[in-house]
Parts: sequence; structure tokens; C-alpha cells
Amino acid sequence: MSMNTQGRPTSAGETGTAAAHPTFTGNKALQIEEALIFEIGRPEVSGVDIPEPKKVKSRLGKLARDEAIGLPGLTEPEAMRHYVRLSQKNFGIDTGLFPLGSCTMKHNARLNEKMARLPGFGDVHPLQPVSTVQGALQLIDTLAHYLKELTGMPAVAMSPKAGAHGELAGMMAIKAALEAKGEGHRKIVLVPESAHGTNPATAALIGFEVRSVPAQADGTVHVSDVKAALGPEVAAIMLTNPNTCGIFEKEIVQIAKAIHDAGAYFYCDGANFNAIVGKARPGDLGVDAMHINLHKTFSTPHGGGGPGSGPVVLSERLAAFVPYPFIRVGKGYALVEEGGKLAKGEQPFGRMSAFHGQMGMFVRAMAYMLSHGADGMRLASEDAVLNANYIRASLADLMSLPFGDQPCMHEALFDDDWLKNTGVSTLDFAKAMIDEGYHPMTMYFPLVVHGAMLIEPTESESKASLDLFIAALRDLAMAAKRGDVDRFKGAPYHAPRRRLDETRAARTPILRWTKPAPYAEAAE
Amino acid sequence: MRYLPLTPQDRTDMLAKIGVAAVDDLFANVPKDKLLKGPVNLPKARGELEVERILGAMAAENISASEVPFFVGAGAYKHHVPASVDHLIQRSEFLTSYTPYQPEIAQGTLQYLFEFQTQVAMLTGMEVANASMYDGSTGAAEAVLMAHRVTKRRKAVLAGNLHPHYRDTIETVSRMAADRLVSLTPNPEDAGADLKAVAAAIDAETSCVVIQTPDVFGNLHDLAAIARKAQDAGALLIAVVTEVVSLGAVTPPGAMGADIVVAEGQSIGVGLNFGGPYVGLFATKQKYVRQMPGRLCGETVDAEGKRGFVLTLSTREQHIRREKATSNICTNSGLMCLAFTIHMSLLGESGLRRLAAVNHANACDLADRLADVDGVTVLNKSFFNEFAIRVPGDAAKVVEKMAKRGVLAGVPGSRLWPKTKGVADVILVANTEVNTDDDRAAFVAALGASI
Repeated sequence: MSMNTQGRPTSAGETGTAAAHPTFTGNKALQIEEALIFEIGRPEVSGVDIPEPKKVKSRLGKLARDEAIGLPGLTEPEAMRHYVRLSQKNFGIDTGLFPLGSCTMKHNARLNEKMARLPGFGDVHPLQPVSTVQGALQLIDTLAHYLKELTGMPAVAMSPKAGAHGELAGMMAIKAALEAKGEGHRKIVLVPESAHGTNPATAALIGFEVRSVPAQADGTVHVSDVKAALGPEVAAIMLTNPNTCGIFEKEIVQIAKAIHDAGAYFYCDGANFNAIVGKARPGDLGVDAMHINLHKTFSTPHGGGGPGSGPVVLSERLAAFVPYPFIRVGKGYALVEEGGKLAKGEQPFGRMSAFHGQMGMFVRAMAYMLSHGADGMRLASEDAVLNANYIRASLADLMSLPFGDQPCMHEALFDDDWLKNTGVSTLDFAKAMIDEGYHPMTMYFPLVVHGAMLIEPTESESKASLDLFIAALRDLAMAAKRGDVDRFKGAPYHAPRRRLDETRAARTPILRWTKPAPYAEAAE
Repeated sequence: MRYLPLTPQDRTDMLAKIGVAAVDDLFANVPKDKLLKGPVNLPKARGELEVERILGAMAAENISASEVPFFVGAGAYKHHVPASVDHLIQRSEFLTSYTPYQPEIAQGTLQYLFEFQTQVAMLTGMEVANASMYDGSTGAAEAVLMAHRVTKRRKAVLAGNLHPHYRDTIETVSRMAADRLVSLTPNPEDAGADLKAVAAAIDAETSCVVIQTPDVFGNLHDLAAIARKAQDAGALLIAVVTEVVSLGAVTPPGAMGADIVVAEGQSIGVGLNFGGPYVGLFATKQKYVRQMPGRLCGETVDAEGKRGFVLTLSTREQHIRREKATSNICTNSGLMCLAFTIHMSLLGESGLRRLAAVNHANACDLADRLADVDGVTVLNKSFFNEFAIRVPGDAAKVVEKMAKRGVLAGVPGSRLWPKTKGVADVILVANTEVNTDDDRAAFVAALGASI
């Protein structure tokens, strides 16, 4: 069975292959080559009609801009066509299965988009009088309550703008708490080898020294290794759970206890929280701080890499150390900002960004949570885990599993052991998946596994869709083992672009369009 | 549940294939006593209609910018966004895609990022731009960290008339990283004095000076002299622009010698969103490109020699360099970059200049009208589309009273500087293309009745 059997069969005809008939334009029917706006636009053209300005005495003084900017303009029909054609060169979750492990590409409900665009959310200013934004503050406070319930944590900071920004907030809370206790000498942060790259980067950014903890042969961190690394200078551990190998850290409670006994804090990277929502609560496991990627767990769309949103939940030990601004509920909703009156015990450590965080993402996450409800969120986690294990079980006879046949959480991790001596690399295999209509899985991550292939189907895939995906991967795996190397080395053959030269891009970076030199000049 | 495709039969069949009896067997690594027995204490699932009612009721509790005469700015601006922008960013292939890790099937995202980088570089008068920062304020903090890397010094000087939220954002990271910071006091009266104080604070340990133009009170600044002064001392000039439309009317920081330009791009294409998501613009000189934080898209060719685009110079990034990375940024603001780039493409040079001219003219008109109100002083000598006025008494109370009269008037000084002397009677007033003559008349009348 292969992908090509889907739908109504059409006759191939007797006139040869597409490759034998390249088009004159370089276009391929609906796939149309698209120039840059700088090549099709003209500075004097505009797609926006703006009235003549009033005649006034300018207050720009000698700073009025006199030189041309060089920006091209497009009329509205030109802009529509340009960006629609660009969109057609993109793979999204609405295009097909997007099994990027650790990235969590689940369905993005359009109800969420509609709600975020209500004028009462999308068209309000962060600094208009608080009396005129009570509903917006109520939404943030309600979402905060939901996040606290789902994590079993008493406090949450809403303002961080993305997961990595949330990590930063969490680590700042830990640093502030240590300083408040007079333990500023604790400078070491333990980070497992398998961690997301943001973890060590975050710790280093605010002056911590990063020390590595090994992951053991079963893919988890062992409490004995943590204990060996702990000491009076350790500030915290940053651990991902479920971890980046797709496994729940089974010694997590003991690890948390060991950390607390040593006077340190437990930061949990919450990127994989979607595996356990409604099933287990980080607060019950001993976590002190954890960011939540609303764009992963609660399905706000990734939009080509963002915007994200990264609220951080905090334990009792850290609850006082939140960033500004935060909401206080009394007679209505009040905002506490710098210089505002603090309640007893509150020790905010500063501000993470202008304004209150990613309101647009809050509304989308809220719509997702209300739609699923407590029952549905629990079921979503179960289905995500079930789907991942179904893929693991269905491919285990062909592809190798680095940590044996144990159940995984929401993502299944394979390695490249099974590709040995085939002449096909993980990258080649991924590129061949593109030709079959799939976005490749996460490759070469986590770093601790050689040739890692991390597959996360999420709960929004049906069994039928998983079966087609599994069949395509099985066909590819068998082709690789058969020695059909050309299929892989040359892939993708059918994408808008063949394999791109990334080395050249890095060696001689071209990071912007520049006006081509006139012909005579270029010839010199 | 309308988003979950598995049927009970599917689940049974799949568990059989996996070889376990129940789904909880897959959660075997979770300590038994920590596994929740039932759903958490939150409401049950709701249909679309119910969700719309619940969230619609919350939305209705807010006054939106389009409902009333609206003059609130201070780092976020109400502009008109063409309908085609929102339509295009909701194209499935843009909205539901991820970071373009597989360039062969992400040329849509990569090409618009390349277009975005070029537009930002042109607009700011700089050589290169990244794609992108979360917003202007976090971009400003990243710029300071970048200046530390470039100069190997750790002291930043912040102008007093820098947006206080930007100052606070920079301060938070600096304090945690044990860097030193000189933050000057805001000066609504004399913008020139602020620049002089910055110049006086530069010494041999200074890595950078951070100056906003138009500044938080709306004053425009010629940065050429301070740029030279900073550079002579081995420091970088970081210019902050919170109203990017101003760049359609005024000399860009790049032309005045800035080393790094950080801007809030929200005005173009993005909308107010109660503070986020926004889009940070970040541009610098070619020689600093490897010290730049965040994502970069570059041009290359594919195996057939066709032009294509990829993410590049990723060895600077956190997933490669880990604790040595130029920043910890992972998610960017891809979709907001797209909104920005579409709106900017629609405007083009002529449209942006016209838009900027209308903004300026409207603001000048309002300033002239307010200068005639008894007891009100306009504080600025120069401005683009925002300026500061002094009113008799507590500005926050005046703004609140005006809100009750149906006019959202601007930002009172005490909202931004609760503890600073001399600003409690100041209101920052923004006037963009969305304000009509009637809106301005309503502002003048409401102000007159509220002071």
C-alpha cells in the first residue's frame, strides 16, 4: 500500500513523465515561481488609499526624511497573488501530518482565531484606563486559574512572550528567591545532556554556570546521578518532563526531593506538558517552576515559528517572586505595575517586557480549554500518548528504538541504527518523506541519540491518517534497506525546491535583497 | 469532543496493536499515587456556540479602540490595517506552519522573512536585520546584551526619555546578569538636556547608550553627535523606535550613525491586542551580524541552481551553541513578521510616506487646538504623531473623567512613572490617521470639561 492509492485513480497516459517535459516558465501548473516584492513592486505604487494630509506647519524640524527609502509598493491584487503564491510553497498542519517531535503540531481551531479577533480583545490598548479593560483582565485571570488547576501550582506569571522567555522568567524567580534568602553564592545549574538548547542558554544568560547531568541507558535521568552532582553551590536543576526522549522521568519525585534537600530549586521545562495535562500535575511531583508553551499544549497556531506565549507556574516557595505586571482581584480587576502598592510577601523581581504578555494567545488558549473542558483535555493527552505508541509499535520491526520497547509518552523516538550500511542518512530519509507528502519528523534531536528521529503525531490525527503515515514510512524504510539509495540522496524531487545549499548560505551570507548593479557596471 | 478523531473502537484496536490492556498502562512511568483519578476541577467541554457566548461576554466588558475617539499611544498605536493583511496571514499554510526547519517545503515563510529583513533594513537605514524579536522592549534588552558581547564591556547608559517599560525590561536582565546600568531621569520639559546627560555619563567602561526617538514624550532627536561621542569612547549607540510609522517621515537612526536599531513593529499590520503579540524589529551593521540575536534567513541556491531561502548562521543560536548562544530565543514572531511585511508591501514607499504625513498633520492639528485650551501646555518643540501636554492637577484623574465622557485620552504620567516627580500632571497624547476632525473636537471638549 502506498500514498498513491488514495482517491480516484487517473490514467498516466502515454506521453512520458513530467521530468521529460520541463515547462518553459519554470512553473509547474499550480506551483508558480514567485519573484521578490523588490522585483515586482514599484516605489510609486501603493495598495492603500490614504487621504491628502491637512496643511499644517511641520514640527519635524531638520529631521524630516529627505532621502528615498527604496521600499517597493504593490497594489492589493498584486499583494494578494504574491502572498497566496508564497503560502502555496509552505507545509502547515492543515496541509498534512506534521510529526515534529517536541514541537507539538496539533490542530489549530479557527474558533480560537475568531475569538482573538473580537474587538474587545484584539482592539484594546495595554495602557488605556484599567476601568475600560475589566473583561480583558478577567480573561487573563481566568486563564491563570485554569493553568494553576492543571498544574497544581499556586501562582503563575502570565507575561513571558514565548517558552524560552518563560524559562527566563522561571530562572529569574529562582535567582531572586535565592538572593532573598542570602544564597546568591549558588551559581550552578544542572542541565541533563538531553535538554532543550534553550535551557543552558537561559541559565547562562543570567549568570548561572551550567553543569551537565547524564541521561542513562533507559533514556531517563537517575536520582543517583543528580545526587552526585548536587552540592552547596547548586541553585537549580532544569529538567524536561516528559523528557526529550519521549519518556516520563520515573524517578522524578525522588529527584525533586533530592534537589529540595540540597536547598536547590526544581525548574521543569514544560514544553512536553501536553502529554500529561489532566493526568498528572507538576505541582504534585515537586516542581518549583515550569513554563507552559500555550502554542504547543493549548494549540495556539505556530504561524511559521511564532508568536508563542510562555506563562510560568510557580510553587509556594517561589510564588512571591513574579514579574510585573500582575493582576490583583478585589473590587474588580486591578493591575499591579512597578511602583504600585505591594501586598505582604510580594517580591516581584522586575519586568519581562513592555505590557502584559501575549493577550492574543491567551484568548486562543482559553477558547481551546473551554472547548475541551477538563474531561476533553485529559482525553486529548491520552490520545496523544496512544497515537505515539501506536506509531512506535507499528514501526518497531523496521526502525530501531534507542531505549528498547518501553512505552513512550506523546512522541516516539527512533535512531539511525537501522539505516547502518544502507547509504541513507537520517536527513536523506526525512527529505524522502517530503516527496511522500509528509513533513519530516524532528531530526538529530535529542542530541544524546545518534541520528535521532523524533515523531510526535499529537491527538488530532485519526487512526486512518496514522495508518497511511505508517504505510508510507514502511515503504520508505524497505526502499532504504533494499538499496534504492537514489530515491533518498536526491530527495526531495517533488517539493517547490530541491535540497538547498545551507553551507553556501552560511559561508557567504546574503541576508537582504540589494539592487542589482547596472549591466555595464556588473560587466566590469 | 469535536477536535479528537479517535473512536472508542479505534482506541481498542490501537491498544491491542501496542499490546497493552488500557491507556493507563502507557502512563506506567508516572508514580501511581501521582496519577490523577479523575478530571481536574474545571468546567466540562463546551460547544462552539457556548464558547462564543462566554468569551463574547468578557470581550464586551472592554472599550475597544474603534468604538470611541482614541488617543492612547506610549509604545502601542492604533492604526488602520487593510483587510487583506488579516486575510492573508490566516492562510492555512502560513498560520499552521512551524519554524522553517525544512526549507524545501517552507519557501513561503522563508521568502517573506527575507523580504521582511530587507524592508526593516531599508526602513531603519541599516545594513542587516533579523527575523525576529518578540517585541520592541525585549529587542532592546537583547540589543544591550549584544553590545556587551561586541565591546566586552558591561555598562549601559539609558536615556531618561526611554519608555520606562523598555528601561525596566533592560534592567531586569541586567540586574540578574550583574551588569551595570545608568538610568537617567525622564525630562518632559527639556529633551535636549536628556541627551546632554547621556553624553556626560559615557566613560571607558560604557558598552552602549540607549536612546529613543521619537522619545517617550514624542520629541525627535538628532542622534549624530551622540553616536560619534559614544563610538569615540568605544561604545555602541542603540536607537529605539516605538512608533515605526515615524520612519516614513523622519531621518532614520541608521543615517545618524546608530550601531543597532530596535523598533516596535506593531503599528504596521499587527494591531493593539492589549499588549501582544507584537513584533520586534532589530537591525545593525554588517560587521556585527554574527553577534546578532534571533533568527536570520539567507539566500542560497538549491541542487538545480534555483534561488531559494534557508535559516542561516544558526551556529549563533541556542540549539547549537547552548550556553554560549547569542540569545536563548527559540520561537520568533513569524506570523507577525508576515503581517508587517504584507502591510508594508501594500503601503510601499509612497503609501508609507503619505501615512506618516497624515499622522503628523493630524497630531499637529490636535496640538494646535490643545494649546488654546486654558490651563493646558503642549511641552514639545518637535514631535511626530505623539506629544506631551501638562494639565492642571492629577492627569490620571483627568484621563479617567474623559473616559467617562467617552474619550480615551492618552497615557497619564503616573501610569508610566508612579514615583517620579514632575510627570503626574503630564498626559502623552497620540494622534494617528484613524482620528477624525470630530474625534479631535471631542478630545478638546472632553478635556475642557474634565480639568
